[in-house]
Amino acid sequence: MMNLFVLQLLNGVQLGVLLFLIAAGLTLVFGIMDVINLAHGVLYMVGAYLIATFAAATGSFWWGFLLMLPAAVLVGLILEFVVMRRLYARSHLDQVLATFGLVMIATEAVKIIWGTAPLSVPMPDVFSGSIPLMGPLKYPVYRIAIIVAGLAVGLGLFVMVNYTRVGMLLRAGATNRSTVSALGVDINRLFAVVFTLGAVLACLAGALVAPILSVDTGMGESVLILTFVVVVIGGIGSVKGAFLGALLVAVVDTVGGVFGPIWLREIMDPAAAGQTGRVLAPMLVYILMAVILSVKPAGLFGRTA
Amino acid sequence: MSDATATLTAPRRALTGRLKAALVLFVLFALMPPLAAALNDPFYVLIGTRILAFAIAAMALDLILGYGAMVSFGHAAYLGFGTYAVAILASWGVNDLVLQILAAIAISAIFALVTGAISLRTKGVYFIMITLAFGQMAFFFFISLSAYGGDDGVALMQRSTVLGMDLLKSDFGLYYTTLAILVALFVLCHRIVGSRFGRVLTGIRENPTRMEAIGYSPFRYQLTAFVISGCITAVAGVMLANQAQFVSPAFMSWHRSGELIVMVVLGGVGTLAGPIAGAVAALLLEEWLGALSEHWKLFFGVFLVLMVLFSPRGITGLLEKAGIARRQE
Repeated sequence: MMNLFVLQLLNGVQLGVLLFLIAAGLTLVFGIMDVINLAHGVLYMVGAYLIATFAAATGSFWWGFLLMLPAAVLVGLILEFVVMRRLYARSHLDQVLATFGLVMIATEAVKIIWGTAPLSVPMPDVFSGSIPLMGPLKYPVYRIAIIVAGLAVGLGLFVMVNYTRVGMLLRAGATNRSTVSALGVDINRLFAVVFTLGAVLACLAGALVAPILSVDTGMGESVLILTFVVVVIGGIGSVKGAFLGALLVAVVDTVGGVFGPIWLREIMDPAAAGQTGRVLAPMLVYILMAVILSVKPAGLFGRTA
Repeated sequence: MSDATATLTAPRRALTGRLKAALVLFVLFALMPPLAAALNDPFYVLIGTRILAFAIAAMALDLILGYGAMVSFGHAAYLGFGTYAVAILASWGVNDLVLQILAAIAISAIFALVTGAISLRTKGVYFIMITLAFGQMAFFFFISLSAYGGDDGVALMQRSTVLGMDLLKSDFGLYYTTLAILVALFVLCHRIVGSRFGRVLTGIRENPTRMEAIGYSPFRYQLTAFVISGCITAVAGVMLANQAQFVSPAFMSWHRSGELIVMVVLGGVGTLAGPIAGAVAALLLEEWLGALSEHWKLFFGVFLVLMVLFSPRGITGLLEKAGIARRQE
């Protein structure tokens, strides 16, 4: 029982780290540009497809990973320049519609280019296999590598946001856009940097997870909504909130999914507990969101609007 | 002096203009089935029923999106409640349309009341994302509901009966019943928008702080509108289940919520009749592009992006730009 709990906790942390990478970009885009971007989940999918393509072409995960990064930057810049740039001054409704259109375009384009069959990405040799954790419990090295890589990126982001000039502008932009602009900062360039940074982080998450998931066109959708929940819980514009929100959501989702039915069995008969658990488990994160929002409407670290 | 009377009568003229537009639409809807029969293509009647059902949902969404500035991205959930009200009651042997509609409205009212109360504590981007999340919650609930087919959904053995009559058995009967419901609900929505309640709602849309200052609580009015809108959407779901004779969580995916918003914007936000036309346009475009290519979503997406970038006011905006329709308000 304890082993199962530790295992699920680790899985939760691993999912949380991925969610954080996606949510960090999304929360910055929301907070600084006040733009709602439904196509953010698509970028996660594109990252996975890019690494799948490059890894297959070069025969190596590492080359695929290295080639994926500049490609992700390019995707972010193009998307910002062609569509997003024109949406900043628009209403949220327009942004919803245009980025909803982008989701349709990207999903179909991926189907046309790569087909509908799922792709797979080879696991890098260094990280294959499992290591013993405690007693008979083993855990895949690659998943631990994801956690470490995600935490490293998170730390880098933390340093960047809090101790660099760009980070200072980001924080200032999230607090008061027009003042930053009035002080002579090229706000358009700042926006382009923020959006591209977010796009690269989402692509990175997709690339990291590609070896342990099958890469298909549905992968962006499932993660998009969870990321929204993370951003809402953490508070829009707060990277710290995104980090804690991501871990909270992911751990509740994975641990609750497995242990919900087990705990329910204490208070009702097994058949009913299994049934209720199956129905309740996927709803847990939304209930969590509802509870947090009814206490703090602007999220854990959000400013009250 | 003449200026003052012009501004006083302008909204009324716009209102009657919209009523006329709605009347034209309803007459066209009524003429469609005989025309399809004359063309010997009764399949159009079924597609027509689908369009009418979505028109009801789009109009309901417009009630809060257009008049209350609440961009709900979770309205497909209510479509789903309507469809599952039919499936679940039918499996218990309750086939009456009226009872099914009442059940759909009851469950939707509860869901809208709870999720609306939480969502309305926030605004803007938060509101969009939270309604989306609650919509997904309902979606996952029905996916894990294995008694009713889970992910695969469940086929309906027969259409609903109306107070013991087989009114919906023929496609024509179903079509005209749906049309009658659409007209009745349009009249209801029109009355709501024109009532004191509707004016307060519009006032809150324009300036919540001022409305609060003169003694209205925005939250209560917005929540009431949110619940009404959800309930009307559920009625659309009941008709949709009868049209498809099949119920699955696919009716409530977030793409569906997005499509409803597309219909409203396409037809013109805050016009009631516009979203009905928008539903017709969006679904016909889907059918047409779908017949053209299996990758129709690509073209639909391009169309959406271009529409937003180049014609921010939808079809109504395009018509106004071309000088065909008079600019309203």
